[in-house]
Amino acid sequence: MPEYHLHTNEFYLSCRGTTLDYHAPGSLDEALGLLARKNMRVIAGGTDVYPAMAAGGPGTNLLDVTGIAGMRGIDRTSDGWRIGAATTWSDVARAELPRAMAGLQAAARQVGSLQIQNAGTVGGNICNASPAADGVPPLLTLGAEVEVAGPGALRRIPLQAFLKGVRQTALAPGEMVVALHLPEPPVGAVGLFDKLGSREYLVISIAMVAMVVGCDAQGQIERARVAVGACSPIAMRLEGLEAEMIGKRPDEVVVEPDHLAGLRPIDDVRGSAGYRLEAVREMIRRMLAEGTP
Amino acid sequence: MTRFHLNGRDVEVTPRVGERLSEALRERLGTRDVKVGCNAGDCGACTVLLDGAPVCACLTPVEQVDGRTVETLAGLVKEEPLAGELGKRFEARGAAQCGICTPGMMVSAVALLRDVPEPNEQEVKDALGGVLCRCTGYAKIIDAVMDRGVVAGADALGHAGAAIEKLDGEPKVSGTELFGDDVAPEGTLVVKLVRSPHARARFEFGDLDGYAERPGIVAVLTALDVPRLNRFGTIPGFIDQPVFAEFETRFRGEAVAAVVGEPAVMAVFEPNDFPVTWEVLPPAEGIEAAMSDEAAQLHEGHEGNVMCGGFVTHGDAEAGLAKADLVVEDRFETSYVEHGYIEPEAGFAQMVGDRLEVHACTQAPVMDQDTLVDVLGMERDKIRIVPTATGGGFGSKLDVSVQPYLAIAALKTGQPVRMAFERWEVMQATTKRHPADMRVKIGATKAGRISGFRFDGLFNTGAYASWGPTVANRVPVHASGPYRVADYRAEAKGIYTNGPPSGAFRGFGVPQAAVAQESLFDRLADGLEMDRLEFRILNALENGMPTVCGQVFEQGVGIKACLQALRDPWKTERAEAARVNALEGPVRRGVGVAAGWYGCGNTSLPNPSTIKAGIRADGQVVLHQGAADVGQGANTVIAQLFATALGVPVGALEILGGDTDVTPDAGKTSASRQTFVTGNAARLAGEAMRRELLGRVNAGPEAEIVLLDGAVELYDGDRVHRIELRALEADGEGYVLRAEETYDPPTKPLDENGQGVPYAQFGYAAHLCVIEVDTGLGTMKPVKFVAAHDLGKAVNPLLVEGQVEGGIAQGLGMALMEEYLPGRTENLHNYLMPTIGDMPPVETLIIEEPDAHGPYGVKGLGEHVLIPTAPSILNAIRDACGVEMTRLPVTPSRLKAALKEMEDG
Repeated sequence: MPEYHLHTNEFYLSCRGTTLDYHAPGSLDEALGLLARKNMRVIAGGTDVYPAMAAGGPGTNLLDVTGIAGMRGIDRTSDGWRIGAATTWSDVARAELPRAMAGLQAAARQVGSLQIQNAGTVGGNICNASPAADGVPPLLTLGAEVEVAGPGALRRIPLQAFLKGVRQTALAPGEMVVALHLPEPPVGAVGLFDKLGSREYLVISIAMVAMVVGCDAQGQIERARVAVGACSPIAMRLEGLEAEMIGKRPDEVVVEPDHLAGLRPIDDVRGSAGYRLEAVREMIRRMLAEGTP
Repeated sequence: MTRFHLNGRDVEVTPRVGERLSEALRERLGTRDVKVGCNAGDCGACTVLLDGAPVCACLTPVEQVDGRTVETLAGLVKEEPLAGELGKRFEARGAAQCGICTPGMMVSAVALLRDVPEPNEQEVKDALGGVLCRCTGYAKIIDAVMDRGVVAGADALGHAGAAIEKLDGEPKVSGTELFGDDVAPEGTLVVKLVRSPHARARFEFGDLDGYAERPGIVAVLTALDVPRLNRFGTIPGFIDQPVFAEFETRFRGEAVAAVVGEPAVMAVFEPNDFPVTWEVLPPAEGIEAAMSDEAAQLHEGHEGNVMCGGFVTHGDAEAGLAKADLVVEDRFETSYVEHGYIEPEAGFAQMVGDRLEVHACTQAPVMDQDTLVDVLGMERDKIRIVPTATGGGFGSKLDVSVQPYLAIAALKTGQPVRMAFERWEVMQATTKRHPADMRVKIGATKAGRISGFRFDGLFNTGAYASWGPTVANRVPVHASGPYRVADYRAEAKGIYTNGPPSGAFRGFGVPQAAVAQESLFDRLADGLEMDRLEFRILNALENGMPTVCGQVFEQGVGIKACLQALRDPWKTERAEAARVNALEGPVRRGVGVAAGWYGCGNTSLPNPSTIKAGIRADGQVVLHQGAADVGQGANTVIAQLFATALGVPVGALEILGGDTDVTPDAGKTSASRQTFVTGNAARLAGEAMRRELLGRVNAGPEAEIVLLDGAVELYDGDRVHRIELRALEADGEGYVLRAEETYDPPTKPLDENGQGVPYAQFGYAAHLCVIEVDTGLGTMKPVKFVAAHDLGKAVNPLLVEGQVEGGIAQGLGMALMEEYLPGRTENLHNYLMPTIGDMPPVETLIIEEPDAHGPYGVKGLGEHVLIPTAPSILNAIRDACGVEMTRLPVTPSRLKAALKEMEDG
């Protein structure tokens, strides 16, 4: 079976970019109009688009969403926070945010490198839908919802539902992510994040843990969110563990293998599945022992 | 149309859709100070400031910078005093070795320093964490940004021993250095290769003529286009790698065809469009598979896929082991390791009349010429090799890469051509460190003396020989380590597999062997209840003791001094580790030591170097320096040695070089030979020129030479002699006086038992590593290294430190994270090399036990700097937590599994 395709000259010329367009609309309406056209790919920081790009170039028109009004920045809303999809990780890292969002900010500072943080965006991170996306576990612990615009009305999808699998999202044709919405976190809750890798900087996680924990006046946990990344096709919350944490002091929580039963880690160059589970358990233990209020 | 502000000027370009900013800057706007190392944001070499913020230009669509401000290193140095000052700091500390990462480093640092004029170390690391450097080990870069640490001295003479700045440093810190991909004029035709996606496959081409008629395609080249010999290699008898595969490919990434075309078309060259069909064949992946009965034979005449072997026997290994009081043995395995230079292979070629010129990065210009003579069937004097600045080599750029393709394309099209490998091509197709599978058994007596040593190593040489025979020969000569081993037997075999060719990589197999030997030495010392360092000191080679090759050095054996220099840090660090470990917690601290040695120059083979120099009538001394400088500093130290011998300030020299038309053969930059061998040729040439000058006026041997415009004056006591240079007749090169000298280190062949005189000298090293192991997570954090190196004489102590720090960084990578797996780690985010955050401080202890053969006592250093590193790390891990790791790299996952196994008994 031949593994090549002899393309027509027209195709070849189109690959050369001569018949493609780069659009950088300033408004969402304009962007959605363009997105309705065929062969359109969204680009923001480019940090995931370029490494995955074929040698022949994008082969599609590009829709740059970084110039759309309202797409970049972090704002307080009536019921929480809105992070524009084109907000960079550096924007997140530098923002003044509640302590519950410290895990998200810690993740922001560990995305790739400063160069990547200056270009890569929160929206891009979730749309790329990598199991090892640094932003996803902390966003899950913050109850993030994804605001999606498209041919129909704006809709909001919980992040967990937005992520459908490895490199798969719930975006329908013609749709794009506009923002993430985070409900106002409980006062006093603390956000934590830890990323395990084989080196400092520029490292893809072996495993990640994010947590938001709030304690009552007696020091007992009254709110708990724990999410794990790089250990399943989609980062996921450990709801069994969260439930058991309630009413305990952080140092009383015992992480049992059953709490991790939903994870589905793989063996790869970064580590074995067994190691990932063990490491996650240890990371959660430490976070509870050291990092919580 | 995209308009933006670039380095203080307004520019406009019309890019292709999706064009990377890096490409537009380099190819449309002439800012080739922006370097491309990976095109994936993994190396940071292309860092530019976009509205003041560092970004990777390779990840930025050109259109996105519309209306914005872009600054690159060259612009910053010109426009901003801070950048110029930073460049001086880089130069003063040797923070730029090869210089390929320097633009990324400096641009990132400028952004930091604008915000934080006096950053702390953590801030520097956070700011520079996105830029990889493979030469320096990062320490001097951090020092330069923080404006601290040791700086080059203002030594007026700059002779041997002076820590002067690199003589070729300025272009590297100002963005003007020209590397392999920086020399081709805009518009030059581009060559790209079509490579096999399979480890082993038969292939057939489709309609090549049709393909060649596509718009913008100028030529398609295959094996049929190779003018004479479709083979290259490095060792006579092992020239076995085709320029283009003929019927079957033997590794993933092997070239089958080249396409030459207009740059606009080749910028979007898609190899998957090329008309070739593959029939996948079962590959032999790994040593075991290749040696099995089912494996196909890769090369005629090499049954069982054994490429060749090396063998050394001395005394009676079995008898020694039989009478030992303690015998330890184990099996050790290491992985494919990529050299990881940030400059992908690149170059430019053109016909000038009937002569071919190849400008490319290289460690071995004359070997490149040798290969082209054979491949092209052209006369040697019709081929000119002009090395560009080389952005790191570490052994891999000894082999030809782009050269044969550029040469054939230039000949075939008659037009100038250029070529640069993509990072995935570097990963797939350039040589690697040999994966080793070693079974080693060592005995010792109760008194702590080594008694019997047996080494059996298989080395995966991949699909083609490259420098595999050298590895097979060197390993048995070195596997004993720098110790007195009276009863010894070592055998190494190179095995052909369907993996990438393994070649030369800093140490030629010796680092792998040292992992096994030095690990077992710790187990012996522990078994004998001896101090691990004292056990090594007790067994260390000394003057007058035979090596395992029966070679007896009457002088210059400095390993004992290296090990003794570690006594104090060993004591201090062990005590500190005990203190740390007395605290509760999962983090355990350990200290490890290991030693190494390395014979400088070719093994029992001639490897002469020639240096030429002349004095022009105007009084200018010109040094023709042909030793390839790949960042290690040959351009500086060879000049220092010549200036020392002649007796003039190094700053008075004009240095020509790196050009086969201009410089005599200084051999290859490998085997830690340049400072020793070419350095000796430089010393001899300097001495000859001095003799000539002094002889003309009968000046005494101590006369001081003063170079003047058109004359040389010799101050000899109270007499002054003057030689009027303009009165002398100039030769064809314009020299009124000249000297040309050759040095070839004295060696003798090894007999069938590996006995003889393989090297004129060895260099010696011992490293101490302090590490913290997190036993809960399996992670490891090196805390400190102390490195003692006997290099005879430090010609330039600043550059010595740079070599040591960089070598340790590579050894650390080999020990803890680096593993090339075809198809899986073909980029720099899956293949991990140490970043600025991974390197702990390194303390370098320079030991100068002069060698009688080296110029002013010099010994080589280049390979020695990483040989003891990996075993010192393994020994520190064992010291910290008790596990004996026998497979590299020791990833957290593997360490945790071993810890668990130990706990579970």
